[in-house]
Amino acid sequence: MLQLTDVTKQFGAHTAVNQLSLEIPEREMFGFLGGNGAGKTTTFRMILGLLDKTSGDISWHGEPVDYGKSHLIGYLPEERGLYPKLTVKDQLTYLARLRGMAKSEAVKELQAWLDRFQVPEYLNKKVEELSKGNQQKIQFISAVIHKPKLLILDEPFSGLDPVNVEMLKEAVVNLKESGTSIVFSSHRMEHVEELCEHLCILHKGKAVVQGSLREIKRSFGKKNLSVYADFPVDFLRDFPGVTKYKAVMEGCQLQIENELVSQEIFTVLQGKGFVRKFDLEEPSLNDIFIAKVGASYE
Amino acid sequence: MNKFWIILGHTYTTRIKSKTFIITTLITLILIFALTNIKTIIDVFSDEEADQIAVIDETNELYKPLAENMKQTSEEIELTLYDGTEEEAKQAVEEEDYTALIVLTMTENKLPEATYYANRISQSSLQMALEQQLQQLKVMYATEQAGVDPAALAMINEPVTFDIVALDKSAKTEEELNQARGIVYIMLFLLYITVIMYGNMIATDVATEKSSRVMEILISSAPPVTHMFAKIFGVALVGLTQIALFLGAGYALISAKDAATRELFAQFGIGSASMSIYMYAIVFFILGYLLYATLAAMLGSLVSRIEDAQQLTMPIIFLIMIAFIIAMSGLATPEAGFIKITSFIPFFTPMIMFLRVGMLDVPIWEVALSIGLLMGTIIILALLGAKVYRGGVLMYGRSSSLKDFKKALALSKKKK
Repeated sequence: MLQLTDVTKQFGAHTAVNQLSLEIPEREMFGFLGGNGAGKTTTFRMILGLLDKTSGDISWHGEPVDYGKSHLIGYLPEERGLYPKLTVKDQLTYLARLRGMAKSEAVKELQAWLDRFQVPEYLNKKVEELSKGNQQKIQFISAVIHKPKLLILDEPFSGLDPVNVEMLKEAVVNLKESGTSIVFSSHRMEHVEELCEHLCILHKGKAVVQGSLREIKRSFGKKNLSVYADFPVDFLRDFPGVTKYKAVMEGCQLQIENELVSQEIFTVLQGKGFVRKFDLEEPSLNDIFIAKVGASYE
Repeated sequence: MNKFWIILGHTYTTRIKSKTFIITTLITLILIFALTNIKTIIDVFSDEEADQIAVIDETNELYKPLAENMKQTSEEIELTLYDGTEEEAKQAVEEEDYTALIVLTMTENKLPEATYYANRISQSSLQMALEQQLQQLKVMYATEQAGVDPAALAMINEPVTFDIVALDKSAKTEEELNQARGIVYIMLFLLYITVIMYGNMIATDVATEKSSRVMEILISSAPPVTHMFAKIFGVALVGLTQIALFLGAGYALISAKDAATRELFAQFGIGSASMSIYMYAIVFFILGYLLYATLAAMLGSLVSRIEDAQQLTMPIIFLIMIAFIIAMSGLATPEAGFIKITSFIPFFTPMIMFLRVGMLDVPIWEVALSIGLLMGTIIILALLGAKVYRGGVLMYGRSSSLKDFKKALALSKKKK
């Protein structure tokens, strides 16, 4: 269990992270959402001990995170960085040894990972010769090669093509299943929605939403409703309890205040004609994010 | 500690295997080879062609002694008696059959006199050599005319005996001083080059890790302070390897050479200076390196692009240049008060205190004090450097100024 209690970080007059309290459970994937400058990277750096917190407490299994535990921790920084002039092998064995691995073991592990990512021929290539997406795979390997217990991934999927995103996602899920606690940040709501049990939305250094995904969705209240019908449905625009109305080809998509509104709409629709689709949906994380953080964030 | 060795090993092996290292080492080895074979090389280039001088001797007596003297003093000038008129001889010089023409005559007082003709009169060494020889002939003629006894003449020409004795028993003898000057000179130069070269290497190494952003991973695995010192010592090992290679090669080559070359190097004090000088050289060298390397690592951590690293290491280069210039002036006047004062300033101590120790008898407490000050400065710089480094490596931006320095310190500040 990684626990953050009232963690605050100030850079001069600017407060980057404000009274953040989090509990990140074991063997789970925890999603960190937030716009640019929301404080995600700063929080990660504080968890890793790269930055000192201004106040508050961070502990992992009840103990502070320090360099004595670095072999248990994996980190993929947002700004990707590897030695451009070194070969993949030299590079990763060096980084793995710094994380407490023996050299021979590191080479074996590296080969297994390269095979898994279907790029075994990169072993003796210089990093600068690889494409950006492939560099990112190498970077990912550097974060997980030593089988960390706690893995921190800062925007792991940015800049990858869909095939590679899937490949990496699968690897992350496997790691979780083998017992690694994973914290990752993303701009991409669908990734968090797909992978995480628990999440937190940061806005200007404050957690505006946090908890389990299901819980968050339920407590958000608002639901999405799609109505496709053979008769005009534009009267629903002014129906009480409808907060958003969007016309589509075959009908409309609505956001409603709560589940009950859907039942009222259902009743009104009776006898008006042929209803092709009446679909009540959970709100998407995207909807929640926009509602909480504001539509200013694209 | 284990991580320290991993980083040190990594720094060392990647540097040693790098192309730049191999190329600079090879070039320097070639230079060393050339230097130790300098006599052979000069010979190859010089005995190609002797200067041919046409001589028209109107006195019919000066040519012989002049040619004989010339032969003894220089192999590069060959005199030939010209059989023809002056005009023909000038013609021959113009056609470059001869380098020059010299016409020897006698004055009314029966003293030698000469006129020198050449296409260009820029080759002053040739003119001077001829003039000197002729001057000697003139002295001979003049003294003979004055009726001076040749024995008396020999006595006049004999150099005066001028012994130098230091009354202070512990003072260095003239011979020792010359040797010391040689070894001090070499040490100063070595320190100067080493600091600039390896200081730069550290700064660019740190800047490279920062600019390629690998730094964040590194410092999440190992403490920045460990990282900084592992880097400093790793580069130091690279330097030692390089210097050992050079010295080894130089020593082997000199040993294999003839006695004449060995003598040439012995004049610089190599192989004959006292043991304590070498000890001091090593101590001041290591401390000097540490001082400047710490400074370089600290400054390197402040920049985010390699290009900026060059700019930020300028102050280091200026400092070491100033030290070097002071030391050079101190070689001639090691006892000047100015030298004494600067030898206690930590940034100058490695060069200037070494100079004083090498050339003078410095009381042991003065040496101890300067080393103490130097070590203190290194420790302060290391502590400060570690702090700046910790904050600096996470800082990215275009500018590189003192403001960054403060910012880096603030970033690494601990508040509990």
